[in-house]
Amino acid sequence: MLKPVDILMVGVGGQGTILASKVTAAAARAVGYDIKMSEIHGMAQRGGSVVTQLRLGEKVYSPLISEGEADIILAFEQLEALRWLPYLKPGGAIIINNQQIYPVPVLAGAAEYPAGIIEQIKDRVADVQVLDALKTAVECGNAKAANVVLLGALAKKLPIEETTWREALAATVPPRFLEVNNAAFTAGFNFGAGC
Amino acid sequence: MKELLTGNAAIARGAYEYGVTLAAGYPGTPSTEILENLSKYRDVYCEWAPNEKVALEVGIGAAMAGARALVTMKHVGVNVAADPLFTAAYTGVNGGLVLVSADDPGMHSSQNEQDNRYYARFAKVAMLEPSDSQEAKDMVGLGLSISEEFDIPVMLRITTRVAHSQSMVELGEPGSREIKPYCKDVKKNLMVPAFGRLRRVSLAERMDRLAAYSEQSPVNFVIEGDNKVGVITSGISYQLVREVLPGASVLKLGMTNPLPLNMIKKFAARVEKLYVVEELEPYLEEQIRMLGIEVVGKELFPVTGEFDQGLVRRKFAEAGVLPAQAREQNPAAGLPQAPPRPPVLCPGCPHRGVFYTLQQLKLTVTGDIGCYTLGGLPPLEGIDTCVCMGASIGMAHGIDKAVPDLKGRTVAVIGDSTFLHSGITGLLNAVYNNSDITVIILDNRTTAMTGHQDHPATGRTLMGREAPEVDLTMLCRSLGVKRVEVVDPLDMARVKEVIQAEAAAPGPSVIIARRPCALIKREARSAVTVDQENCKGCKMCLKLSCPAISVADKKASVNANLCVGCNLCVQVCKTGAMKGGSADA
Repeated sequence: MLKPVDILMVGVGGQGTILASKVTAAAARAVGYDIKMSEIHGMAQRGGSVVTQLRLGEKVYSPLISEGEADIILAFEQLEALRWLPYLKPGGAIIINNQQIYPVPVLAGAAEYPAGIIEQIKDRVADVQVLDALKTAVECGNAKAANVVLLGALAKKLPIEETTWREALAATVPPRFLEVNNAAFTAGFNFGAGC
Repeated sequence: MKELLTGNAAIARGAYEYGVTLAAGYPGTPSTEILENLSKYRDVYCEWAPNEKVALEVGIGAAMAGARALVTMKHVGVNVAADPLFTAAYTGVNGGLVLVSADDPGMHSSQNEQDNRYYARFAKVAMLEPSDSQEAKDMVGLGLSISEEFDIPVMLRITTRVAHSQSMVELGEPGSREIKPYCKDVKKNLMVPAFGRLRRVSLAERMDRLAAYSEQSPVNFVIEGDNKVGVITSGISYQLVREVLPGASVLKLGMTNPLPLNMIKKFAARVEKLYVVEELEPYLEEQIRMLGIEVVGKELFPVTGEFDQGLVRRKFAEAGVLPAQAREQNPAAGLPQAPPRPPVLCPGCPHRGVFYTLQQLKLTVTGDIGCYTLGGLPPLEGIDTCVCMGASIGMAHGIDKAVPDLKGRTVAVIGDSTFLHSGITGLLNAVYNNSDITVIILDNRTTAMTGHQDHPATGRTLMGREAPEVDLTMLCRSLGVKRVEVVDPLDMARVKEVIQAEAAAPGPSVIIARRPCALIKREARSAVTVDQENCKGCKMCLKLSCPAISVADKKASVNANLCVGCNLCVQVCKTGAMKGGSADA
């Protein structure tokens, strides 16, 4: 019996949420999960808020995740973590990339970027992991692999073997970027273990 | 073999497997990826038409001549294609014809959320509604068969969450692409009144036969369950109901025109309490009520927006079908509100400077559909209206003719793809009726908003072949526009000068603001830098609404990772603090 898991991936257009969801779906499929995945990507290239809803189970009906239902939120950006927090299930886990990307209303001075987002989320949610995925990715050799650092951290929380993840990653990313992506994945995967 | 596919990719796969020879459409979210996917199979001829009406006519022609045809569009596209649709129901087909209507409940990327199920009933054509990717693929095949057997176009109605959600699909082998013989038959295909009357009677007969088929169709079925609660549903709502009420009896309707009325009556008779769960309009509910059946639908469920299982669960709890929900502690209670992150024009977008100028000049600006609709949002606020594809030109002309105060102060802005879609006739009207309007064609050489599709002015087809490139200047001149100017939208002084001159000039003018979309052609320019000493923190640059520019502690800064060196901010800066990027960085 495969444990059902509902995952919400949230971020900003251009951060690579779609690649992360593709690899996760491929890994989940390899272990026999039924999958439904929903994306709203019409505005992804225009710097809007983007979200991927990924549902894994023996049999999945709805492709959507409602408020209070996500087992895991993988937030690629702090403000998006705050925006989607109502979707987290009581007792659920949130992984947050500590990057901040100011939306235009903030850049234009019409709104403030809230201070202390991570601290406030930590006050309310027991299972919070915060990563500097961008810095880690740069250390691994390419800033663009920040999404795979976060993927590694997510992988640690799912009932799927590491080798399965590696295979899914290799099948999804272009071969010339595999080495840096593997390093990024390792860094994220080991993060939970305190590396 | 199974593959994880979006509904759109599954429809493309279905067209490939079930013998479609020709596919046509116009891009529109959430339908665009169907033809993009299908064109990759190469065995199927695919094309972008300039608009949905033409696309459907291309499909009708191919089907009448004996080929299987698929036509795709978003929901509002069917309004454009409605004229051929209604009469194609009379003529019928020869090869199968499936029209995909991609509706957008919740308006993720649309100007309205009309429920196109009514079109099937109105035009008297068959309608199928898939609820996941597997059904989407299967229903392309079923739709083509129904179309041929009952001599009728078939609408395949999907919604955003079917189009853009991925689920597992069993792949099959492609069948043959046979073309049926074409026989000239004017009584069937030449719709003059005398023959139209014959086909009208035939259409009524065909709909009767379809209604009988609907009772037997494998896509209308009952899930046996507890008879206390029965639910009739279709499309994505079926998935939500199965999730929320796993034990209930469910009548799942895959064919929603014509409805299987006897099946509905029988189902209603065996359940104690009957509900209808459907997004948008009470389409099923109204027809069920006409049978004299008592049913709970829109008195419980909203007529607006998109549903999710949380909403369906809450509503069934309100109705007492599910136990009242315990109020869970919301983890976000007491947290600050997250400021919105609206989509914006990209850094280097060639439209930005035009909107900045229009707002500065305080002109009345009718807008249109595309990326540039984003130019209406603060702080640019460069357009006043957006109604439908091509509306900008007709509306500007109406203002010009009716309101003397706005004469010579009204400008229409429209994209290149939208102009070719339905702006040409509006411009022709403006010329014919002696308008004084100015039309700005924002020519970024692509259909940008939907993800960069080609069109008749890009020089390339959907299949990747070279094509003649329509010359917009010559086109406007041949319509009778005497004043046509081409400007580089990044040259703000020139843009302002030309707009002022053309707005003041009598007669209709066209300004073509031409520069390729910043996402398809990235200029090799270095980023703008800010001379901190000269920057006074006046925030003029922020009025450009550029995601690369911010001001903190009274000093502007430019994010070098985002900036593409378009230099609009250099032109706007009054203190000379913005230093332009060089062309050969």
